[in-house]
Amino acid sequence: MSAGQITPLAISLAGVIAWIVIGLAGVFSPGNLRLVARYLFPAGALAGLVVAAAGAWAIAEGARTLVLPLGLPDLPFHLRIDSLSAFFLLLLGAVAAGVSVFAAGYFRRGQGTPPGLQCLYYHVFLASMALVLLADDAYGFMVCWETMALSSYFLVTSDHRSAEIRRAGFLYLLIAHIGALAILLCFGVLQGGGGDYTFDAMRQLDHTPRWGGIAFALALFGFGAKAGIIPLHAWLPEAHPAAPSPVSALMSAVMLKTAVYGFLRVMFDLLDVKVWWWGVIVLVVGLTTALYGVVFSAVQSDMKRLLAYSSIENIGIVYVGAGLALMFLAYDMTALAALALTATLYHTLNHAFFKSLLFLATGSVLHATRERALGRLGGLIHRMPWVAWLALVGTLAVAGLPPLNGFVSEWLLLQAFLFTPGLPQNYLNMLVPVAAASVALTAALAGYVMVKFYGVIFLGQPREERLADARDCGPWERAGLVWLAAGCVLLGILPVFVIRMIDEVTRPLLGQGLGNAASNWWLLAPIQPERASYGPLLFLVAILAAVAFAFLAVRAFYHGRVRRGAAWDCGFPGQTARMQDSAEGFGQPVRQVFEPFFRMRRELPGAFDSAPRYRVVVEDPLWYWVYLPVARAADRLTGLVTLLQRGRISVYLMYGFITLLFLLLFVR
Amino acid sequence: MISASGIAAQLTELFLAVSVAPLLTGWVNQCRAWLQNRSGAGLLQPYRVLGKLFRKEPVIAHGASPLFRLTPYVLFACMCLAAAIVPSLATDLPFNAAADAIALVGIFALARVFISLAAIDVGTAFGTMGARREMMVGFLAEPALLIVLFTASLISHSTSLSTTVEKLAHMQFAIYPSLAFAGVAFTMVSLAENARIPVDNPATHLELTMIHEAMILEYSGRHLALVEWAASLKLFVYSCTGLALFVPFGIAQRGDAAGLILALPALIAKLAVGGFLLALIETLSAKMRIFRAPEFLGAAFLLAVLGMLIHFLLEI
Repeated sequence: MSAGQITPLAISLAGVIAWIVIGLAGVFSPGNLRLVARYLFPAGALAGLVVAAAGAWAIAEGARTLVLPLGLPDLPFHLRIDSLSAFFLLLLGAVAAGVSVFAAGYFRRGQGTPPGLQCLYYHVFLASMALVLLADDAYGFMVCWETMALSSYFLVTSDHRSAEIRRAGFLYLLIAHIGALAILLCFGVLQGGGGDYTFDAMRQLDHTPRWGGIAFALALFGFGAKAGIIPLHAWLPEAHPAAPSPVSALMSAVMLKTAVYGFLRVMFDLLDVKVWWWGVIVLVVGLTTALYGVVFSAVQSDMKRLLAYSSIENIGIVYVGAGLALMFLAYDMTALAALALTATLYHTLNHAFFKSLLFLATGSVLHATRERALGRLGGLIHRMPWVAWLALVGTLAVAGLPPLNGFVSEWLLLQAFLFTPGLPQNYLNMLVPVAAASVALTAALAGYVMVKFYGVIFLGQPREERLADARDCGPWERAGLVWLAAGCVLLGILPVFVIRMIDEVTRPLLGQGLGNAASNWWLLAPIQPERASYGPLLFLVAILAAVAFAFLAVRAFYHGRVRRGAAWDCGFPGQTARMQDSAEGFGQPVRQVFEPFFRMRRELPGAFDSAPRYRVVVEDPLWYWVYLPVARAADRLTGLVTLLQRGRISVYLMYGFITLLFLLLFVR
Repeated sequence: MISASGIAAQLTELFLAVSVAPLLTGWVNQCRAWLQNRSGAGLLQPYRVLGKLFRKEPVIAHGASPLFRLTPYVLFACMCLAAAIVPSLATDLPFNAAADAIALVGIFALARVFISLAAIDVGTAFGTMGARREMMVGFLAEPALLIVLFTASLISHSTSLSTTVEKLAHMQFAIYPSLAFAGVAFTMVSLAENARIPVDNPATHLELTMIHEAMILEYSGRHLALVEWAASLKLFVYSCTGLALFVPFGIAQRGDAAGLILALPALIAKLAVGGFLLALIETLSAKMRIFRAPEFLGAAFLLAVLGMLIHFLLEI
């Protein structure tokens, strides 16, 4: 790169530097909420747009590299932007722009960490995520990865006065570091003993299947810990509710995606061997994660925990796509691999938009009502129409309904399953229908979860008196929500353009893009138009036309009169808000159908209780099967180590003496 | 690609579906009445009910939001769209390109989510209960339906309904055991999705087991009319889908003008038989407890997956 030339890499770096500068500007007057909210966060949103623009530009360009004169002596940071990192940069920038605009109106005074520090952590978090995507050597990658983990830890624990939040932050940090260790080891395996930790050197190496397998396992574990695959998901439902809503939105929408990016980078770019059963493992892990996530999502009664479990589900779907792509690639079926990888990347993008939209909407609800428990909300569509209607877009998108974006990626994924027959292994061909059925079940359950989420928060009668005081969100929050909702709609109705963009990503990785067999811009046909096609724009127009036609026809032929009255409810007079389904009540069918998934404790009243109490506690059994045994084992091991720690100086001197003797004897 | 005859077929089919759907409901009710030794209200009763409801003034609960008023139109539009993509008369449907079998399931899901949200909207005990149960039936039935459609798609190598039906119609004498499983699963799913006995009872109110009726309790006037009409259309679309997949004879192929004329009597005959069979099933079985519904639909789901597995085992 010659000096002074404007390249996408330079622009994205400028965006990153802008984020760091904005963050530092906040530190100079940490208590100045006005400065932070009115100037710094909007400026951060602009920088986000710059990064997104650089990403969009770089997707079509070739790979570009740059060596930064930073880092340790002889170990500078290598940066590289290629279509894969550019795609994720676009995602990061576009979502960050919306979230930052929302955050400008979100942060209030008197919530734990002062606003200036929040601003610093927030923008360092954004910058480190961008640098993770740009890093081209293991050293730079790990430094940025850890910066990301730490800055997000501080953001999660913003409200650090609450012990529960400190505990959530600790759990998050712990799992993040165990994952980071695995990633570090993975890079160690990938560089093959040559000592050159640049990604370029890893790409050149020929890995043996055995070492490749070890690298795969480490990558799956390490990046999976960040992405939240089963059983490394435990931090997600703790950390997401603890963090302020814009931060939960960023963590769920973007940070989980950096883990997906890392996994894709290792599996499709750095590692040159592919074995078919790696794909099967990823597929099965993804399916389990998706089903587990959605089932637990259905029984939550805290709105942000519900969304966190739903994120686990979506990450599972992303991994399903990645697993399919790996499997196809191992058998050199590049066209199908391109279809599966396109579905993966598309779902990544979709999830970033709809999940950040919903997390931000919960933030507005939280501000208006100071309530996170679903059981004390309700009827907010009357008080907060902007938030409610924009959240409806996100809800329908998460539920995977046409013509919004969630449906497109699910459609592509199911197409990838349908074109599987022809895999050389019969057992794999048998696995595929079962997998497709689980994906279908997950998608249907997602609809259930979203009806619960939206219905209990926004519809019905308010479950508490004070909800009558809830006010709609301000202009900044509104603008952020509109931006993300527009993203959901556009990604849904114009899939052909998105897929053209994703083709630029899949082509260098797989040697083949998906393309569009129908030469129409409004019709999506991945293989041939006769085999499968979907035209969401036409779909949307037809639905709107039919609604308008029915509306006008009824008025033309009959009348448009309407009368308001009391609710009928089968003539039952004493109707109160408490008779509606609570969040637990709405989750009851799932508790019943999927009972083996849960660890449930029930307290049922006896027949003659004068003050009957009904209580059910639903817990994650993996906590008891995995986490607590591991914690106990760690405890026991550290207990052994304390045997050495005697607390007397003479004993420690003796240790030193023995070590010295040992060294003198055995080391020359 | 889009021909004049295609557009004509598309419009005819849509018009036919919208106008004939209540007749099918009337026929099923009439057959059921005969089977149960009642005289019945006549084939045209659903039209009379719709006319009456449209003329009446709707009463809306105080707590209802605009979503509640919007939903009947969305439901009706969804079902019209579904009717437009299912090849009931002809396979040459231009609109078919915009939505395939997966999108058909998506349309039904969209309608289900909207009606459930509207049921929660007023905030009554029956409404939320109905919504919860409807979504339960939905999350069990939807994957089964999707797998049934997948089995047909795997046989025809296409998820486009037109192409699938064309391919299936040409393989008249080939035997597909997978389709037999799929057919049984589809019937079970159709019963559940259309609020029929044994999962739900369309003729009941004031019963703790109702699902669909519980959700639409608060609707009246034109809104109720649209909801009822949409329900008839849903039954019609489900019947046509089943007939097109499992009895694909008599549907006009691409560029077959004469076939279009023959297709209408064929469709009416098939629907008449199908409607009678539905009434027979409803008469012969008893409504099951709501918590048996997951078993019923789980069986449908397993049958559908089994059908797909059999396709992989025997038919490739």
